[in-house]
Amino acid sequence: MFSGFPLFPPQASTLAGRVDALYFALLAISGFFSILIATLVVVFAVRFRRRSEAHLPRPIHGSLALELTWTIIPLFIVVVVFVWSADVYVASRRVPPGAMEVHVVGKRWMWKTQHMTGQREINELHVPTGVPVKLTLTSEDVIHSFFVPAFRMKQDAVPGRYTTAWFEATSPGTYHLFCAEYCGTKHSQMIGSIVVMEPGAFQTWLAGGVSGSPAEEGQKLFQSLACITCHRADSQGRGPRLDGLFGRPVRLAGGSTVVADADYVRESILNPTAKVVDGYQPIMPTFQGLVSEEGVMQLIAYIQSLQAPGAETTAVPGAGGNKLQEGGASPAPRKP
Amino acid sequence: MSTEPGGVPAPYGRPGAPPPPPERPGTALRERANYLSAGYGVKSWLLTTDHKRIALLYLVSITVMFAIGGIFATLIRLELITPQGDMVQSETYNKLFTMHGIIMVFFFLIPSIPAVLGNFLIPIMIGAKDLAFPRLNLLSWYVYVVGAVFTLYAMITGGVDTGWTFYVPYSTHYSNTKVVLTGLGIFINGFSSILTGLNFIVTIHKMRAPGMTWFRLPLFVWSHYATSLIMILGTPVIAVTVLMVALERGLHLGIFDPALGGDPILFQHLFWFYSHPAVYIMILPSMGVISELVAAFSRKTVFGYSFVAVSSLAIAMLGFLVWGHHMFVSGQSVYAGLVFSGLSYLVAIPSAIKVFNWTATLYKGSISLDTPMLYVIGFLGLFTIGGLTGLFLAATGLDVHVTDTYFVVAHFHYIMVGGAIMGYLGGIHYWWPKISGRLYPEGWGRIAAIIVFVGFNLTFFPQFVLGYLGMPRRYHYYPEEFQVLNVLSSAGASILAVGYLLPLVYLTWSMRYGRRASANPWGARGLEWEIESPPPTENFLVQPIVTDKTFQYGAEEEAVIV
Repeated sequence: MFSGFPLFPPQASTLAGRVDALYFALLAISGFFSILIATLVVVFAVRFRRRSEAHLPRPIHGSLALELTWTIIPLFIVVVVFVWSADVYVASRRVPPGAMEVHVVGKRWMWKTQHMTGQREINELHVPTGVPVKLTLTSEDVIHSFFVPAFRMKQDAVPGRYTTAWFEATSPGTYHLFCAEYCGTKHSQMIGSIVVMEPGAFQTWLAGGVSGSPAEEGQKLFQSLACITCHRADSQGRGPRLDGLFGRPVRLAGGSTVVADADYVRESILNPTAKVVDGYQPIMPTFQGLVSEEGVMQLIAYIQSLQAPGAETTAVPGAGGNKLQEGGASPAPRKP
Repeated sequence: MSTEPGGVPAPYGRPGAPPPPPERPGTALRERANYLSAGYGVKSWLLTTDHKRIALLYLVSITVMFAIGGIFATLIRLELITPQGDMVQSETYNKLFTMHGIIMVFFFLIPSIPAVLGNFLIPIMIGAKDLAFPRLNLLSWYVYVVGAVFTLYAMITGGVDTGWTFYVPYSTHYSNTKVVLTGLGIFINGFSSILTGLNFIVTIHKMRAPGMTWFRLPLFVWSHYATSLIMILGTPVIAVTVLMVALERGLHLGIFDPALGGDPILFQHLFWFYSHPAVYIMILPSMGVISELVAAFSRKTVFGYSFVAVSSLAIAMLGFLVWGHHMFVSGQSVYAGLVFSGLSYLVAIPSAIKVFNWTATLYKGSISLDTPMLYVIGFLGLFTIGGLTGLFLAATGLDVHVTDTYFVVAHFHYIMVGGAIMGYLGGIHYWWPKISGRLYPEGWGRIAAIIVFVGFNLTFFPQFVLGYLGMPRRYHYYPEEFQVLNVLSSAGASILAVGYLLPLVYLTWSMRYGRRASANPWGARGLEWEIESPPPTENFLVQPIVTDKTFQYGAEEEAVIV
């Protein structure tokens, strides 16, 4: 009837051990103080039990030394825990260089993932061991949360913006993927599996049926949506040139500057008048409703692949409005 | 009486004086007019401005709401015995946990101790005849009832399924349930909370009896002062937030909807700006109760009184600065996450100070393990676990794994049920003789307290394990390997339910059949124990004058610490 009775989740990422170490340290601290308080209460309750109704104990009003003791010792402990946990947190947010990219779109009630080599999956994600994997997440409707307990990893997928997360799997196997942010009727069925494979097996899996890479798909969209009529490769178009744009600062009408990251490009597609490039008219129509979240991600991948001749790759794909995550800059996806 | 005509304090609290005054002859007691015998008609209750009667109106209404919220909880635990989601539909399950949360948080926990015990005791404890604004006090109860009726009406006519957190854009664009009507109920109920807080603050400032200085105030009053500050400063924010959700839902304003240029994370900031401090609205009054009880049942003044008093204010203040710790995985910036984590750790300090001071109060005391004291001991154990698991959640790197899982569910139930409700039940038992004029059956009381403690731990401790294993909260279906722990939790819940039903039965029974209570059955200190049980309508026949001895247990000479 019951399939096993686990008390502890499997450890399957490089970060899992660090999170668990923090967990056990906190368990030890909590255990110590819980037992201390419980013991004192029980010992006092027995030792100083009321022996006669008339007994009035002598009052003890307090002790500054004791107050300072139980202020300073806990303060010291929480400072240590704070620094330790912050260290783990920053590590969990800072994507290592060279991470393999995966796009994730949450939709009620499924997870859609796409590899840069083109493979698409639903409620599944195949990844190799030993390679950091960077997820760029968004949602088509409500807020979801991509949660893999075996990796101790969780990140909300928020509509209207990109968030990022990363992990590096260590042991092959199949692990739970849950949606952890309540998203409506079938929230508890918005689940799936993360399939971790040895690198060799993963390469074999990758070689299976492929459509096009996101950048190639994006190029097709770029043409079918007629973006190309205004965003021409020469400087004669009614819209700004896009090659070499990604990851660079853009001067806006009004004098401010913004870095052309994924969120900026996304906003320019869906809400073009929000930020208008200096020297251009606000004439671009919105593509809200005409292109899906996956399509927007593919367009971004395409624009990211358009490097100016001779330029270095400085792209920051999917930086979710968060400077720390820029550490995870990876080269623009290349065509296979 | 505590004072003789002319305002000379009664000789009370002298060294070696036996504390409980002898019980008066029953007949004399029965004939004396009190607030309960002041009127028997429906009108005498529904139009009363007596803070003690309003407290009882609240007692009845929040008990009804607790029962409704409890029925929802029962159905949730029944459903989760099996992993397949085979008892109700997912839509129904989602409504059950939403309505359980809304009822318990807004209509039971937030009003519980302040509106019942606070209402009843604050004027008496400070030597006043009533609250500063008695009619406002009655209004606050009516506002509460109107809010509750709106919310219950929404539940009967379809319910709501957004979770008590109302996260957008689910609540604004996707839910097909009664979001606006429920929100309106919460909006209205908020005013009840604001009115109560306002009344308490003015009363505590302006109506203290001669000699009742700030640092002679019972700790119960201090904690309610801190609570009231949160009520009047925080509640308007949730009111505005709920209003914005309603406007966005009705008029598509685009405050939160990203498709219209809004920001869904903004909602979370606004929601938690109130809802985190709201946790302290629930726990601070309970801490006040514990301070009174720990003193009464060890016959000692609370150790480190001023530290305990000021730590309430510190918790209230710091509580407003930590809301972002609910959002470490929302996409909030890493730096913001770190700041909120650090500030959250600071809240641990005043909480720890309180626990250590209560424990130290027991040292060299004269401890009796009557029912209220059993609740105190339960509170100390459960609040310690609840507070310490808060350290896990404030730890950014660890919170990423455990947030939105059953670990969080277990943690906040240890605080709200293990902390707030244990304090509430302890307080109800302790002051029951004063409120009803009757003694409850002590044996039954102790049995119920032990059942609550055991049932509670069996219900919620397995949920910590489930959470670390990765079971997300609000899951109707769940993987089979989580079943054993869920069955344990449901079994515990059935024990807990018995523990809650028992007091309902024997306290009701005691109102008619219980032995009559003397003015001070516990031999406790405090102005409320110097007037009759139940108190006369005007509380004090003569203006009390407060000296140190009114409050302090034991001899005047101070013992030396070890």
